Amino acid sequence: MSYTPHTQEDIKQMLSAIGAKSIDDLFQDIPAALAPKSFNIPAPKSEFVVTQILHKLSLKNATNLVNFVGGGFYDHFIPASVEAIVSRPEFYTAYTPYQPECSQGWLQAIYEYQSIICQLTALDVSNASLYDGGTALFEAMMIAIRQTGRKKIILDSGVNLIYRTMLYTYTKNLSVEFIEIPVAHGQSSREELVKYLDDKTAAVILQNPNFFGAIDDHTDIVEKVHKFGALAIASVYPVSLGMLKSPGEMGFDIATGEGQSLGIPLFFGGPYLGFMAVKSQLVRQMPGRIVGATVDSDGKRGFVLTLQTREQHIRRQKATSNICSNEALCALRAAVFVSLLGREGLKELAEHNYSKAEFAKEQLSRISGVQVKRSSPTFNEFTVLLPKGADEVVHRMIDKGFACGFPLGRFYKGMDNYLLIAVTEKRTKEEIRRLVDSLEAVL
Amino acid sequence: MNIPKDLFYTKDHEWARIDGDTAYIGITDYAQHSLGDITFVELPKKSEELKQSRYCATVESVKAASEVYAPLSGKVLSNNEQLAAHPELINQSAYEKGYFFSMQISNEAEKEKLMDAVSYERYLEGLAK
Repeated sequence: MSYTPHTQEDIKQMLSAIGAKSIDDLFQDIPAALAPKSFNIPAPKSEFVVTQILHKLSLKNATNLVNFVGGGFYDHFIPASVEAIVSRPEFYTAYTPYQPECSQGWLQAIYEYQSIICQLTALDVSNASLYDGGTALFEAMMIAIRQTGRKKIILDSGVNLIYRTMLYTYTKNLSVEFIEIPVAHGQSSREELVKYLDDKTAAVILQNPNFFGAIDDHTDIVEKVHKFGALAIASVYPVSLGMLKSPGEMGFDIATGEGQSLGIPLFFGGPYLGFMAVKSQLVRQMPGRIVGATVDSDGKRGFVLTLQTREQHIRRQKATSNICSNEALCALRAAVFVSLLGREGLKELAEHNYSKAEFAKEQLSRISGVQVKRSSPTFNEFTVLLPKGADEVVHRMIDKGFACGFPLGRFYKGMDNYLLIAVTEKRTKEEIRRLVDSLEAVL
Repeated sequence: MNIPKDLFYTKDHEWARIDGDTAYIGITDYAQHSLGDITFVELPKKSEELKQSRYCATVESVKAASEVYAPLSGKVLSNNEQLAAHPELINQSAYEKGYFFSMQISNEAEKEKLMDAVSYERYLEGLAK
């Protein structure tokens, strides 16, 4: 099957219209040395054959595993109404709402999303979304560097390794000084953190719950950070905010996070949603778009992109960030999801996650040789120590129908026998009991 | 257009009120009028060393961000903190309450490169054509 519809005659006509004799003639401006010698692509196949090949490939995925993997991305239930609402073509096809006169619905939807993020984090201003939790955290760090004029970052190693890697990668060619504070799968190590605080510190970056699932009240750390004129940045798991103390209540200046848990499917790794909220005095340093509410000349309520002068199309190289696009459709999903749940629903959702994880902890601790780490309270994810390598256990559990957790040895040296297990509201008590039975059999 | 007689001007529409080795810096009435409602100013930091004709501040209006260049070289003594909360002072009082910062002049001779009120007025007339 040919995937281009042009006949030889079409091509000849197009070439003659622009005065070129042949295709080679058309591309003659490209020096021979730079022209590709071959595109190295196989011959075309029919749509029917391609479908078969892809179907066969997809069968290699184990799609029916009972999921206990978290590590920053969680298997939450998404009500069908979310899909129905976001699939409306008015939302699905709209792109950049730069022209408020024809984008009021979209702008209002983003405004509602921002309001939800502000309420969840208890901070003043949210932007219209960023790529994912990692880029959001990087952008937050850059806000602190610009705002304080300092370059030292104290980073708790309880922050997701993917995010930490992103911070290092993005700043490889900038002179940012990182100090990483070791954490022993419990809460943030106060003594160590405070030791490095000084008047050169731009920010301290913490995560709650941290990568090991530990929940913490960082209020005391934030107070100390502020004494040195530095900013405190939190990466948070939004569902947990249904029951945990918010970043705003702890005094954080900036909160970021991965919004996937708010109505966005796991999608094999994206697209996801980065959210960010800041205290109002940081609004001009914040990257991305902000939708604001205003009144038109007749006094009617309307929505517009505000503070555009921070952005690339006006500020050029002096823009606060090069992040230009946002994750509008994912942000909409989050707004719809949270709106449908409501204040009480979100609380209930958080409670389900917490209590099911506690149930799993209790069940797992009955397996002889398995030690559930209880050095600090957790939300819906926790660490267990196995009598053998977690990698091997994970593989053997796949045969039993379970994605049983994340082997910590992949990210942390010397933790080969540690497994990180996440339990969401979707996991039934029966599934948890079966997990325990299968694990017992595998060990 | 308001062009006070006792000030010095640049082609980029900054003004300088020079008093001994101290100067107050701002943007002209013409500049504020052209920009429209000013929403934000980013000022140089105290003690920052400025160079004549080099970037020193940014003025934001509703849909534009414009750079401001130092009329003279020298060190920033203080900046107008009122502008953070009330950038509209630049629209209301470009030469008094809307000044940007004060500086200690390091090279008196640079004054020669600036225009006086008469030359600036003629310069603006040229722009109008």
